[in-house]
Amino acid sequence: MEFTADNKKKFDTLLTRYPTKKAAILPTLWLVQGQYGFISDEAMEYVGKLLDLSPVHVLSVVTFYTMFNRKPVGKHHIQVCRTLSCAMMGADSLVDHLKTKLKINEGETTRDGKFSLCTVECLASCGTAPAIMINEAYHENLTPAKLDKILAELA
Amino acid sequence: MTDNKDNLVLTTRFGLEKSYTADVYQKTGGYKSIDKLFSMKPDDVIEEVKKSGLRGRGGAGFAAGLKWSFIPKNVDKPKYLCVNADESEPGTFKDRYLLEDDPHQLIEGIIICCYAIGAESAYVYIRGEFDLAYRRIEEAVQEAYQKGYLGKNLFGKNYKLDVTVHRGAGAYICGEETALLSSLEGNKGQPRIKPPFPAVVGLFGCPTIINNVETISALPYILNNGADAYKKFGTEKSPGTKLFSVSGHVNKPGVYELPLGYPMKDLINKVCGGMKDGKALKAVIPGGTSMPILTAKDCETVTLDYESMTAHQTMLGSGGVIVMNEDVDMVWVLRNLSRFYAHESCGQCTPCREGTGWIDKMLVRILREGGEEKDIALLNELSDNMMGKTICVLADSLSMPVISFIKKFPDDFRRHLKNRPQAVRVGI
Ligand SMILES: Cc1cc2nc3c(=O)[nH]c(=O)nc-3n(C[C@H](O)[C@H](O)[C@H](O)COP(=O)(O)O)c2cc1C
Ligand code: SF4
Ligand code: FES
Repeated sequence: MEFTADNKKKFDTLLTRYPTKKAAILPTLWLVQGQYGFISDEAMEYVGKLLDLSPVHVLSVVTFYTMFNRKPVGKHHIQVCRTLSCAMMGADSLVDHLKTKLKINEGETTRDGKFSLCTVECLASCGTAPAIMINEAYHENLTPAKLDKILAELA
Repeated sequence: MTDNKDNLVLTTRFGLEKSYTADVYQKTGGYKSIDKLFSMKPDDVIEEVKKSGLRGRGGAGFAAGLKWSFIPKNVDKPKYLCVNADESEPGTFKDRYLLEDDPHQLIEGIIICCYAIGAESAYVYIRGEFDLAYRRIEEAVQEAYQKGYLGKNLFGKNYKLDVTVHRGAGAYICGEETALLSSLEGNKGQPRIKPPFPAVVGLFGCPTIINNVETISALPYILNNGADAYKKFGTEKSPGTKLFSVSGHVNKPGVYELPLGYPMKDLINKVCGGMKDGKALKAVIPGGTSMPILTAKDCETVTLDYESMTAHQTMLGSGGVIVMNEDVDMVWVLRNLSRFYAHESCGQCTPCREGTGWIDKMLVRILREGGEEKDIALLNELSDNMMGKTICVLADSLSMPVISFIKKFPDDFRRHLKNRPQAVRVGI
């Protein structure tokens, strides 16, 4: 793997913002995930070389954070908040609804690669619970019916 | 928010069109403190902030000016400010609004703090999930550079300051200040033992101040209007205003700026339009889920300030107020929290790693199969054994709720005991 020319430029700018190369690891991994959608073993070696870090250090960082995907996820990555305020406002029924509708369990992707489903902890959107994220976008104050509409627009 | 803008410090621009641009910010009094700032000595800025009584809004409530004064003076090392925008404490969603609606207010606050402590670099550590908030603060920083408000000779002064927005990647623990530093340095986001405190040995081994977004956002007001004006809000021991994130069973959840000392019952009944569907109030978590719980009766008398919360055996925390109605089962609530803390433990300390998981498993068993009298004693004992024995206070953040839930809602736990004919079973 290799960065696109644009990402190479972004990477070079990143390095100027930190006194050590190592500190640039999170933004560099974000660039990788932006380019490929996930972070492969090969990508971790590449990042290690770029930043003078061992692949095992890169691995330990990648696995520490929940937002880095180690394998490809669906085109629409649905993440349902399961923490208290959302749980009180019906998050479970959203998860059940999605499981039935998409015929997948948490942690799985539909066969056509369109949707994957997982639950996450508080998204700092508790006042508009229940909340979910699809890729980067927040969707708030949801009901199963509203969710159907959103999914129909995405499909 | 609140009707009268004269009563606001932090949210005066919320709701204005394009409030997040430098243009609107300046038209509404933004960056006005800069000239005054540079006419003062750094130590005088620290004194003014001390005098204002501003306390950290990230959770612990530590006095901001006092913290800054711990930065050693005659050390030949760079100094850093890290703005904590990790906002991951369940029930808290106020920093998101400050970042989305008024990012330049934060930047002005950053300039004030950095000048006071002698820092030439600041990092804004923002949680990875925030997308709009990230774009708004990043664009505001770039705009500030273009206008010469950041970088070399900012505002034409003999002073240099760089600000970098740094995105996290999903880990609650990175909001803990030393974990934030580890994460920013390029390691796993694991907390480190204090002392040394970050003010002495912080980011890249250099003196570092870590402050919450809301704390820093209050600085332009304090500098412009003076400590005395700020102290007109709030109580003697809790001066100023604070943002409260309200969620749960109220008619109008949301973020509200209120003077400290405001009655909890008025927050629920007046500001938030009362309980949803006319149900009765059962319990309130006042400051994010790590804080001990309040009963409906406590809420009659408690006020939103540090001292009243202490008198009611809890804490103001991050101001994340979660309101629960009479239908809520407190054992179910506690299990939701135990799952959270077990999931978010960084795993370094045995009492935390094992304890949070054990408590979670017990609560699941009690909910599914019914519990025994001795389970309640064991939950208390486990929590006692987790408190104060770990590197950071994540372990306490589950222990304190466990102990307070059992103490304040014993009937909810008894309902789940096996020997009760009407024992409840919950499918989770
Ligand atoms: C487990 C844990 C999580 C925390 N999360 C946050 C957070 O998301 N945001 C925050 O500002 N402070 C958080 N804190 C508090 C910070 O450690 C620190 O006290 C705070 O950022 C200091 O800023 P302040 O003095 O302005 O409040 C957390 C603390 C702990 C123990
Ligand atoms: S208390 Fe828990 S989260 Fe904190 S350092 Fe120890 S294991 Fe990690
Ligand atoms: S509990 Fe779901 S966003 Fe906070």
